[in-house]
Amino acid sequence: MKPFRYERAGDISGAVATLARERTGEFLAGGTNLVDLMKLEVMQPDVLVDVRCLTSAEIEDLPDGRLRIGAAVTNSELAADRRIRSRYPVLSQAVLSGASGQLRNLATTGGNLLQRTRCAYFYDTTTPCNKREPGTGCSALDGCNADHAILGASEQCVATHPSDMAVAMTALDAAVRIQGPGGEREIPITELHRLPGNEPQRDTTLEHAELITAVDLPRIGFAANSRYRKVRERASYAFALVSVAAALEVRDGVVSDVRIALGGVAHRPWRARTAEDALRGRPATEESFRGAAEAELAAAVPLRENAYKVPLASNVVTRILLDLSEGR
Amino acid sequence: MEIILNADGRKHRIAVDPRTTLLDALRERLGIYGPKKGCDHGQCGACTILLDGKRVNSCLALAVAHDGAEITTIEGLAADGELHPMQRSFIGHDAFQCGYCTPGQIVSAVGMLAEAEAGWPSHVTGDISAADMPLTDAEIRERMSGNLCRCGAYANIVPAIREAAEGRVPQ
Repeated sequence: MKPFRYERAGDISGAVATLARERTGEFLAGGTNLVDLMKLEVMQPDVLVDVRCLTSAEIEDLPDGRLRIGAAVTNSELAADRRIRSRYPVLSQAVLSGASGQLRNLATTGGNLLQRTRCAYFYDTTTPCNKREPGTGCSALDGCNADHAILGASEQCVATHPSDMAVAMTALDAAVRIQGPGGEREIPITELHRLPGNEPQRDTTLEHAELITAVDLPRIGFAANSRYRKVRERASYAFALVSVAAALEVRDGVVSDVRIALGGVAHRPWRARTAEDALRGRPATEESFRGAAEAELAAAVPLRENAYKVPLASNVVTRILLDLSEGR
Repeated sequence: MEIILNADGRKHRIAVDPRTTLLDALRERLGIYGPKKGCDHGQCGACTILLDGKRVNSCLALAVAHDGAEITTIEGLAADGELHPMQRSFIGHDAFQCGYCTPGQIVSAVGMLAEAEAGWPSHVTGDISAADMPLTDAEIRERMSGNLCRCGAYANIVPAIREAAEGRVPQ
């Protein structure tokens, strides 16, 4: 690991100001991904500014019915929270399907959103990777790409976002609260993560020294009827090949509202708006669900080894909606 | 940087390079060799400790970020020379072969039971809104998936944990 300076601050503003003064550096929270990347020298920050004890570790009910999750809430505490389990089961399930008990006890909400891709070439410093070293090329494009993106990728990068939690939050229309050198702002989670384009080194739209302080979940009554389904190569403790977060509301046999997001298929959690638009007002039948899934996947551009993800994603979307429509 | 670590009931004041993980601080600075360095990347669980009461991978936690922390390792589970029930259960069930993953398995199991008792659900919990959930073998396996045993002693680890969970470990 390359040497770095470790800095603490008294509060969030102090932490932001400290990092803003540095040319390169990172905020440190749980460290489960960042410390590993530093050991591998994939990331080599000059300074770490510790924010683990600065942002809120509480989940609070807001007066208008929203739920605010502090950035320092651990993945374990988030998944176990009774309000999340009853109002947004998809989020509990997503968090519980990721990592291990030990990792979830360290990993935070803010850090989970900002974890880096698990593309093997990104981790292997002996190979070209545009995300790690812009301009060197993408080894996965013509390499081992069974795990890679089928939607929204570019010639520069075909990596996927690894988070399960973020997929559920994307389906739930979460808002991300940010504090930076220029003050505070709030963005929809769909505007946090980027597609790779020509700047695959940028996972998110955050600017230097901007810190995620909380995630707000809107009140969505029918989110109580929601679910996360993850397909992976072993039963536990593996990243998603494909995952789906969905919430469904059916009235008189017709889809009145629906939220769908996919994981493991793109550089960011993939909000399936095409499928959602195709479903609203349609009969809640397997035929409708499959049609909507296939409409979403029509834009897929598979690579040599990952064409299996197209029917897999379509099948998982169909199945999860069918289960939700039947109250299973 | 100077930090304080309260490890296994003893207070230690040490100066560490910021790159030092809790695992390396425990092993190389405090002489607590119970937590093992397996993968050193948070994938195997051999380094599992209780950090402020919660099980974590000590290989991924920077020591400077946990100044003042309360740490329990496998070496601190036994009280007054009496083995912890989870330790006795592992011995009784022959729940290991080479033993390298065992300290992490046992500490993880102790932390896991506390999580289950607190009502935390898991990936295999059928109804996560239910008030209580039985700790089935499937639950134990899922909740322990962060601890790998390359000898494959799982067939004895699961019953060892179940017996400890049910408070049936013979003296």
